[in-house]
Amino acid sequence: MSKLLLRGGRLVDPASGHDGVADVLLDGGVVAEVGPGLEAAGARRVDCGGLVVCPGFVDLHVHLREPGREDAETIETGSRAAALGGYTAVCPMPNTDPVADNAGVVEMVAARGREVGLVEVFPVGAVTVGRRGAELAELGAMARSAARVDCFSDDGSPIREARLLRLALEYARAFDAVVADHAEDASLTDGAQMHEGEVSAMLGLAGWPAAAEEMVVARDLLLAELTGGRLHLCHVSTGGAVELVRAAKARGVRVTAEAAPHHFTLTDEAVRSYDPVFKVNPPLREKADVEAVRQGLADGTLDAIATDHAPHAREDKEVEWSAAPPGMLGLETALGLAVTELAGGAGPGGGARPGDLPLPLVVERLTAGPARCRRLPGHGGPVAPGAPANLAVFDPAARWTVDRARLASRARNTPFHGRELTGRVVHTLLRGAFTVRDARAQR
Amino acid sequence: MRSKHLLSAGDLSAAEITRVLDTAAHLATVTDRAIKKLPTLRGRTVCNLFFEDSTRTRISFELAAKRLSADVINFSAKGSSVSKGESLKDTAITLEAMGVDAIVIRHGASGAPWRLAEWVRAVVVNAGDGTHEHPTQALLDLYTMRQRFPGLEGLRVAIVGDVLHSRVARSNVLALTTMGAEVTLVAPPTLLPARVESWGVAVSYDLDAVLPKQDVVMMLRVQTERQRAGFFPSMREYARLYGLDARRLDAMADHAIVMHPGPMNRGVEIAADVADSLERSVIADQVANGISVRMALLYLLLGGPEVKA
Repeated sequence: MSKLLLRGGRLVDPASGHDGVADVLLDGGVVAEVGPGLEAAGARRVDCGGLVVCPGFVDLHVHLREPGREDAETIETGSRAAALGGYTAVCPMPNTDPVADNAGVVEMVAARGREVGLVEVFPVGAVTVGRRGAELAELGAMARSAARVDCFSDDGSPIREARLLRLALEYARAFDAVVADHAEDASLTDGAQMHEGEVSAMLGLAGWPAAAEEMVVARDLLLAELTGGRLHLCHVSTGGAVELVRAAKARGVRVTAEAAPHHFTLTDEAVRSYDPVFKVNPPLREKADVEAVRQGLADGTLDAIATDHAPHAREDKEVEWSAAPPGMLGLETALGLAVTELAGGAGPGGGARPGDLPLPLVVERLTAGPARCRRLPGHGGPVAPGAPANLAVFDPAARWTVDRARLASRARNTPFHGRELTGRVVHTLLRGAFTVRDARAQR
Repeated sequence: MRSKHLLSAGDLSAAEITRVLDTAAHLATVTDRAIKKLPTLRGRTVCNLFFEDSTRTRISFELAAKRLSADVINFSAKGSSVSKGESLKDTAITLEAMGVDAIVIRHGASGAPWRLAEWVRAVVVNAGDGTHEHPTQALLDLYTMRQRFPGLEGLRVAIVGDVLHSRVARSNVLALTTMGAEVTLVAPPTLLPARVESWGVAVSYDLDAVLPKQDVVMMLRVQTERQRAGFFPSMREYARLYGLDARRLDAMADHAIVMHPGPMNRGVEIAADVADSLERSVIADQVANGISVRMALLYLLLGGPEVKA
């Protein structure tokens, strides 16, 4: 593989703490040298002036729908969407058909990801057989498989039985694996359609109270403390849940947590349209929750931005609100939303507002933060000699308008259609090769 | 009318509500004639699209449209896309292709009329959506109140029962507060929506304390499935705490009236002798007025010429 020199960019590498103009020389798929004013004979030069160079983004939470719903998304289309979003690593959830609850399915998903080659695919295995919440799946077989699964989740459903979660947290310790829970008390959300509050009351839609998330988060944290197991909390969406995680981290519980871009940008007010493109689980919450999620990302209570990318076929969303499945696309809009909404990209003159995250911190929550939650070798940085050249290059000032018709994802269910964002991915490199160049997927 | 459709009672201004009620009063005189028909909507087609059984609402809309000489088609589509029938969107496309001018929709899913309005050019009238709204019911209720009282402003109205799941309650609260009425919701706490205090109404759990002060007492239907879902312990206890019986009727002011959107559960939320009370119950008036009010709405929404009130 030929040498590649990324010249003149602002290298933001949270894992090493680097933030400043530096050239990055890539050779043979790995980083060869990092520093100012590098020269390399025979290297192809890529001008990165005005751009941010950083580790490729890591998404802990996506749904690629393969196997089972290839009409909504495939590993190939999802990988392309991920690459265009600046991602070099994604972790697809196991709620496929068949469920990824055995070595065969996780190996198939990982192998298909390698075949497509646009992003590294790290499958998440199911905690229980069929995600039915009754008996543990063969976590060991998945951990020891070629897919080397290091995270298990019944995402989409909570692990209802406290005893079962306890056993999963304990058992997973044998493989130093993480159990990622979707925190929802199902008895409080039976038939629920949206966040419970003033808006749900007016709209006549059954509510999903914040307490239904928070009581399970509290339970999960106590069980993580009891077992010493590694707990990860999916899509934290309420102020109370952020506070519980903050307190648990302060007392040393082994917990990591993620937040989705829609939970730091949208509120339940969007549901007034009754357009199911705004239907998601956990639901869009209230302004105070959005503020709390932003604050959680700012102070590190929430380690990672994870999209919960959930493609749905058009006919599944073009129905009455209560008939639609929850979920929204996320991979291609995450960076733009993070820069715009968290780093003040949309503020007056593009400047920072009070409470905004500095840009390097936003990058951290997309790279080193999520990588810290898992074992994802070669991802999240540091950008240092010898490390695999998994990189994203983005223009933090570029303005663009989300157009659902132009998404690489097979599905179209983005709630951000028509929204102007600041911050756009220009190049993505996986092991030194362009997967995206000049905002175009290379395959 | 500012908006093309009638989806929510909250979309109507006080002036628009007054206009609907005035128009209905004028059209009501048609009903008294030997030939109960106006030529106003001749050549227009109104489709009653009912995904839920509601014979009384459908018949009321059908009569209203026919008295204005519209062609009426009834599309009973029980079993919506939820149960894997034809999707709402396909039904909308079909009706659109047939060139209907107005679609009156009753649907079990809250918000379904909003979805429909996005997919068709026809005027959409919400005839009840899920546990959300039933704006024409609210308008006929206001019309009925106006027949008995000089005005709606300052009128004291208690709405009693399963407010949480009631589309009648939501639409009435919106229309009544727009008109300046003083609304009190009375229900067990389990049957009140979240943050109901933000609705600009008074809330009480005690029917006996509220009754003597009201001009209007509107009883809501309570379904046995709510008891099975545990919202209250038994139908008997519900009737004891929130049912309107003869004893409670005596506690009401002499001029106060009793309303019910129907169908009634006699002996549960309303005792038979209260429902049939000739002095107090206006329940039969509500049914009659429903036709006039729906005539007025179809007339105004389908762009008929101005009627002199």
